[in-house]
Amino acid sequence: MEGDGPGRKESMPGPLGLTIWFLGTVFELMFVVCSLARKSFIRYFPLNLYLILSTSVSIARFFILSTYGNRSDQYMYFYYYSDALLTLALYIALISLYSHVLGELRAGAYVKWVAVLLLLGTAGFSYAVVVQSTARLSTSFAYQLSQNLYFVGLVLTYILWGAVLKLRETRTRLVQIILSLGLYFSGYAASYALLNFSGEYSVSRYLCPLLGCFLPLSWSLTILRYDDESRLVPARLVAVPR
Amino acid sequence: MMAALIFVASLATLWMFFVSYCRSLMASSSRHPLSAEVRDVTGIGAAASAGDYRRVMQLLQLCPERQDDRTGLQAVNIYHLFLTATRKMFAWMAPSLRSWADHEQACCAYFAAVALDRRIAHNRELLAQQDNL
Repeated sequence: MEGDGPGRKESMPGPLGLTIWFLGTVFELMFVVCSLARKSFIRYFPLNLYLILSTSVSIARFFILSTYGNRSDQYMYFYYYSDALLTLALYIALISLYSHVLGELRAGAYVKWVAVLLLLGTAGFSYAVVVQSTARLSTSFAYQLSQNLYFVGLVLTYILWGAVLKLRETRTRLVQIILSLGLYFSGYAASYALLNFSGEYSVSRYLCPLLGCFLPLSWSLTILRYDDESRLVPARLVAVPR
Repeated sequence: MMAALIFVASLATLWMFFVSYCRSLMASSSRHPLSAEVRDVTGIGAAASAGDYRRVMQLLQLCPERQDDRTGLQAVNIYHLFLTATRKMFAWMAPSLRSWADHEQACCAYFAAVALDRRIAHNRELLAQQDNL
């Protein structure tokens, strides 16, 4: 019988967890394939890069999990570092959407500078939070950075949606990609908060992986359904007509 | 306490993004003119009304499905359910809410009618291809 310490090998997730994981990876690949098929790979390169990274991380996590178990140090370190990397890639993807929306204002350079400053600020804040309280500094930093970037991502998506409405953006693809991202971030925040109430062993632990399936699926459908020329009526986007 | 606050705030933004997402789905089909045939079948005249939705959905169920409109219809269906609930529960408090919900449900009905139009056109194309073979 194995002990409780680091390196302990636990069983794999249940069939439902594995199915959700598998579906999420398939949807991530599906978006990349759809982008290539619809000749949008370069236009939405940061989104593709994020999903390619996510697919690779998903496969690597599966191999580490099946070799060492989900309570092992190897899996834990890989999980937190890869999560920080993926959050960073998602942040870059979000900033690229800002460049798309604000492109006509020629504000690309400002967006990049503000994004870098915001990232450095978030990293500095995360470091300040973990520096005095923990022995495993780098792992805690990766975890804290990931959490804080998710929060920054939610706020930035909200602001981006405000810019879309203000600038009366008409590109259907762009609008739906941003809205899917907003749904993803807010759903993620809600399920994390729910996890705090309900504990680890409830249905809420499947919510985050399900949201991980939703984002690439929704992006794939958007890429498949609309082309770059598709336009919508911006006045129809606001809930209360102006 | 903090978790509860985050939960409520994130639910509010989740709802805001969901409503906007559904509206963007409906806005993308608002420019699509309905064929005279679909107008006849559904009874939609110059503009769709809130009461048309259920009838159009019943007609959609009779028509063979298309893969690419299923998720959009499901999302709009959830939105329609929310509007119905809002109308029943809160309309007595604010009459403007009732007219807003009616307008939104009419948009849902038009979106479903456009989906029906596209399904009929798609099935016609398939039949024509079969005839050619």
